[in-house]
Amino acid sequence: MADLSLRQLDKKYGSFHAVKGLDLHVEDGEFVALVGPSGCGKSTTLRMIAGLEEISSGDILIGDRVVNDLAPRQRNISMVFQSYALYPHMTVRENMGFTLKIAGRPEAEIETAVADAARALEIEPLLDRRPAQLSGGQRQRVAMGRAIVRNPDVFLFDEPLSNLDAKLRGQMRTEIKRLHARLGSTVVYVTHDQIEAMTLADRIVIMRDGLIEQAGSPDEVFNRPATRFVAGFIGSPPMNMAEGVIQDGLIRFGDGETLPLPAQFRDAVTAGQRVTLGLRPDDIYPVGHGLHAGEAVETRPLEVALTEPLGNETLLFVRFGGVEWTSRMLNPRDLRRGETVDFQIDLSRVHLFDGESGRSLRTA
Amino acid sequence: MMDANQSSRIRKRLTRWALNVALFIAMAIICLPGLWIVLNSLRPTVEIMAKPPVWIPRELNFDAYVAMFSGVGAGGIPVLDYFRNSIIIATTSTVIALAVGMAGGYAFARYRFRGKSGWFIGLMLTRTVPGIALSLPLFFLYARLGIIDTHFGLILAYVAMNVPFTIWLIDGFFRQVPKDLSEAAQIDGCTRWQAFWRVEFPLARPGIASAGIFAFLTAWNEFALASQLTRSTNSKTLPVGLLDYTAEFTIDWRGMCALAVVMIVPALLLTYAVQKHLVSGLTSGAIKG
Repeated sequence: MADLSLRQLDKKYGSFHAVKGLDLHVEDGEFVALVGPSGCGKSTTLRMIAGLEEISSGDILIGDRVVNDLAPRQRNISMVFQSYALYPHMTVRENMGFTLKIAGRPEAEIETAVADAARALEIEPLLDRRPAQLSGGQRQRVAMGRAIVRNPDVFLFDEPLSNLDAKLRGQMRTEIKRLHARLGSTVVYVTHDQIEAMTLADRIVIMRDGLIEQAGSPDEVFNRPATRFVAGFIGSPPMNMAEGVIQDGLIRFGDGETLPLPAQFRDAVTAGQRVTLGLRPDDIYPVGHGLHAGEAVETRPLEVALTEPLGNETLLFVRFGGVEWTSRMLNPRDLRRGETVDFQIDLSRVHLFDGESGRSLRTA
Repeated sequence: MMDANQSSRIRKRLTRWALNVALFIAMAIICLPGLWIVLNSLRPTVEIMAKPPVWIPRELNFDAYVAMFSGVGAGGIPVLDYFRNSIIIATTSTVIALAVGMAGGYAFARYRFRGKSGWFIGLMLTRTVPGIALSLPLFFLYARLGIIDTHFGLILAYVAMNVPFTIWLIDGFFRQVPKDLSEAAQIDGCTRWQAFWRVEFPLARPGIASAGIFAFLTAWNEFALASQLTRSTNSKTLPVGLLDYTAEFTIDWRGMCALAVVMIVPALLLTYAVQKHLVSGLTSGAIKG
């Protein structure tokens, strides 16, 4: 195991600047998820760490070794591909033992290493099959087994679960988390699924247009998003956003509606400033159906436009401030479309972003 | 009234029969000439030339084969020399065409480089020139270089003829091998070269085998160029050897058929031997599916 450092990592394809001076340090044993929309540079970054993509400038260090120009095989890394990339002409056993065979290790050692990994992943009965005879979930396990056998300094995962159906994805997520807890390995995990990132990672790195938007623990990026982009990207359903202008200690929205300016932002804004207000669906709810007690609550009667019952909770869609808001109603009661109910808005949990830069206006 | 299920069942059965009959006719058209050659090599010329044709032979013997190997003067031709020439020329040109085809096909499938599509179209365009149109210029060129009537000359011509096709065919097969596999192999500890031989090559083998059969048969059967560029037993191949059975006023059809059979047998054996490598579908299961 080892730590991993990216220093001013840069990648250009002709005139296209894919990764723009990335700085990132991954601690030994840390699980870091790179998330972002497609084209944000996360996969390119991973492939540069793997050595499958040349870097334009900057440094990559594994442990204290600069690996910039080393071939993939010299970096002592493992990678799990989105496509699994199992060798179709080899059995599961040969697939998993391939790396040791190439390294010229004795048969007995290969046998033991493969058996250990197969036991950990519960794929012992599959060892003599070929990839074509496996289901998607089984192939995924074999791909992880192959990565483990190599006993690498750093594990790289490139959207490993996106070819699985929802149920299997949930299972494998737990599996990966358990595996990481057992092996204590350094992991860089690329995904576009923020739920995967939130559930798996010690630290989440949100990327956009080749830049890091924010890097922090799941709790940080969820509760203290640094930018409007992060706020909208992390969380499901996504955060409600409404454009407004600061006026007389109020936030005035496009349709003339207002909300009092939350106390925590009073010193951070100036009159006439354009802002975006963000509020999680958990923080707007029909009276008595909220998640938190609510410290500074504003009550508004709003008409329910649509309901999505999920059993333990119901999502409500309402119009306010000129946009549609999603509200999460816990302990749901029967509500109909068109009904008008008193909704509470928790001002203490409001996020404000600058209208121009999109950066959070939170000062503390 | 017949119920719909029954009539549908009958229609399905009729369709199957019609397909079988059509298949039989198609196979007959393909196989009969071959059969006719084998048959003609075994019976007297009178019977071959008879009108109306004699379908069931009255007398079969191996005289033509015996004569063929009896040496010059006893009605024989230098068949062993021709055979040796054909084997050397076809095998060598196939091996070279495959080596170039693999390198070229891999490059076209995996790398981006300047003028790639131009190169590719250029290669394909060479196939549009009929080989015979090249025979005269080639003859002059070879005469100047002094490589008329040599193995080298024919091998060179056949490699040039086959390379565009082998590149095109092998390119298609390498394209089907996901790039992820070679990358996974490199991460697993392979050099690029090892990744190619241990992962990509085995998966593209059906395509390489097909290209090999094609190149071999082209060289084995080629007549037009060989008849121009060869002179003597130094380099004459079997197809050119067939001409030995034509005289000014007569053609020994029986002897010609016998030599044709001698030509067909090795080609058939080779195709049979390589056939097991042609099982495709090996790439399935590499990635999701």
